[in-house]
Amino acid sequence: MQKEEPRLRLTRLQIFLRRLRRNTLSFGALIIILAITLMAVVAPLISPYDPNATDANKTLFSVSLKHPMGTDIFGRDILSRVIYAARVDLLVALVATILALSIGSFLGSLSGYSGGWLDHLVMRIVDTVMSFPSFVLAMGITAALGNKLINVVIAIAITHIPIYTRLIRGEMLHIREMEYAEAARTVGNPRSRIIFYHLLPNCFPPVIVQATLAMGWAILTVAGLSFIGLGIQPPASEWGYMTAEGATYIVSGEWWVFLFPGLAIMITVFCFNMVGDALRDILDPRMRGIR
Amino acid sequence: MMEALLRISNLTVHFDTEEGIVEAVDGVDLAVRPGEIMGVVGESGSGKSVTALAILRLIRPPGRIIPGEIRFEDKNLLELSEEEMRPLRGSHISMIFQSPRTSLNPVLSVGWQIERLLRLHKKENPKTARDHAIQMLKQVGIPAPERIYHEFPHQLSGGMCQRIMIAMALVTNPKLLIADEPTTGLDVSIAAQILDLLKEMGERTGATILLITHDLGVVAGYCTRVAVMHAGQIAETADVSELFHRPLHPYTLKLIHSIPRVDVDTVMETIPGNVPGLVHPPPGCRFADRCLLVTEDCRKMKPEMKAAYGDHLVACYAAEKGMEQTSTIADDIKK
Repeated sequence: MQKEEPRLRLTRLQIFLRRLRRNTLSFGALIIILAITLMAVVAPLISPYDPNATDANKTLFSVSLKHPMGTDIFGRDILSRVIYAARVDLLVALVATILALSIGSFLGSLSGYSGGWLDHLVMRIVDTVMSFPSFVLAMGITAALGNKLINVVIAIAITHIPIYTRLIRGEMLHIREMEYAEAARTVGNPRSRIIFYHLLPNCFPPVIVQATLAMGWAILTVAGLSFIGLGIQPPASEWGYMTAEGATYIVSGEWWVFLFPGLAIMITVFCFNMVGDALRDILDPRMRGIR
Repeated sequence: MMEALLRISNLTVHFDTEEGIVEAVDGVDLAVRPGEIMGVVGESGSGKSVTALAILRLIRPPGRIIPGEIRFEDKNLLELSEEEMRPLRGSHISMIFQSPRTSLNPVLSVGWQIERLLRLHKKENPKTARDHAIQMLKQVGIPAPERIYHEFPHQLSGGMCQRIMIAMALVTNPKLLIADEPTTGLDVSIAAQILDLLKEMGERTGATILLITHDLGVVAGYCTRVAVMHAGQIAETADVSELFHRPLHPYTLKLIHSIPRVDVDTVMETIPGNVPGLVHPPPGCRFADRCLLVTEDCRKMKPEMKAAYGDHLVACYAAEKGMEQTSTIADDIKK
C-alpha cells in the first residue's frame, strides 16, 4: 500500500499538468513565474555585480554587453538590481498573500458556517475595509504604522483579507448544506473541527485561483507603494522604487533606468494573472474539454 | 415488554418558514427495542428523516424541536447540553445517509475518515486506529482494504461508498444505527447486498437498527417491527408479519395495496391525493382527505395511538370502532 500512493499522486499531477499545458500561453506564464522565483532565490549566484556597489565612473551607462540593462545615476548595475529586487517583491507579496489567506479563511469560514450575529459582525467589518480604495488604504496603513517593509506586508494583507473572507464565506454557505457536512455533524465532531478540518478544504479551489490573481495585485501594490517612497529603504532595490528613480531621467533620454524594472513588474503581474485565469479554467469543471 | 433502547414520546418538530410554521413531525411516539431492526416507512415528506435527525438533535434553524422526550438508554436526549450530546453522536448513535458518495468528505481519503472517527471517539492511537479501520473495511466486504483505504470517494462506486459508510457508522460499536434510506441511490442488486450487509453487521456488532425507507418490500424483507408514518405522525406500529397480515390503518392498507404485483393481473393502485400541506394541517386526522373510511370525528379530532392487539398500535377511529370492517378489507388484500 505504501507504493500505491505516489503512483496515484503522480497521475493526478500529470492530469493537472496536461490541462495546464493545453493552454500554451498560461503554461508559458507559469514557466516565467517559476524562472523569476528561481532567479530571486539564487540572486547572489547569477547577478553579475553587487547590486549596491556604486561606481562614480560608470553613471548612467546605456545598455551594453557589460551592463545588459545599463547603469543608474550611482553607477549601479541595473540588471543586478532587478534580479535582487525580485526577492523583495515576491517575498512581500507572498507573505502578504499567505497572511491574508489565513486570516480571511478563518474569518470567512467561521462567519459562513455560523451565520447569525457573528456573520453580520464579520461582514460589516469586511465591508468597512472594502469601502476604502485599497491602494489608498494600504498607503495610509503603511504611513501610520511606520515606513518599514514589514508594515507594507501588513497593509497589503489587510487590504486583501476581505477578498478571501467573502469568497470563503460564500463557499461555506453552500458547503455547510452538503451531505458530508451533515455527516460530519452526525458523527459528533466538535464544531471547530467540522469547520476547519472537514469543510474549509472543500472551499479551496476558487480560493487558489483568487490567491494567484491576488499575488499579481500584491506585487503591483508593493511596487506602487515604493514608487511613492513607502516601505523600501534605500539603497535596497525594489522594482517600484527603481522605476521611480528612473522616472527622473525619462526626459533626459536615459530610458533604461526606468524601463527594465517597469518591465519586470509588468511581466510578473501579467504572468500571475494568466496563471490565475488558467487555474480557474482548470478547476471549473464546466470549462473542461473546451480547449 | 422488553425495555426499549430508544423511546420517543410526543416528539414534535416545527420549521419556521415564511408561509408559516411547518409541522413536519407532530407528536411522534416510537419505541425501539435492543437488537431489533425497526422500520420507519412512509411517503416523501412524511417526516421520517426529520425524526431521524431529531434523535441526534441535529435539527438546525429554522427547524426546532418542541420539547417531548427522546429517551436513549437512561438519558433524555432533549435535556442534554450540546457538550453532553456531542460524544453520543457517532459513538453511541450513528447514522448513514441515502447518497453515500456525497456523504463522504471528497477531500479526505475514505480510510482516513474512519481512522479520524476512531481517534475522536475511542482515543485510539494512529497505528491502532489505522489497523482497526482496515479491519473494519475488510468486514464490510471491501476488496483490498489496504489500497481502498487511500482512495477518495469519487474514485469508488456508490455501493462501495455505502459499504464504507456502514463501516464508518459501526466502527465505534454504536448501540443504535439510524439508516436513512440507505439504498435509495443504488441499483436494485447492489441495494439488496447493502441491506444484507447492514443486517449481518447489525447482528455481528449487536447494533439496533432504525431503518428508514419508503419501500415496504425492504421492510418485509429486513425489519422485525415497523412504524408507518404519514404527514408527520405515526399511523400504525406493529411487528412486520402482523402489519402485513392484519393492517389496521387505512393508510397502511393503501400502502400495501400499492405495491406492484406481477403475479396478479390488476392495475396497480395508488393513494389518491398528496400528503396534506403541513403549514396549517387539518386539526383532525391528517389522512382524512385521502381516506375511504372517513367520518365526521376524523376531521374534528386527532386520533390517539391505541393498542389493538398486543403491541400492535394504531391511530385511527375507524380501526378502533370497526376493527372487523378493516380486517375484512385486509383479508381481501391478503387473498
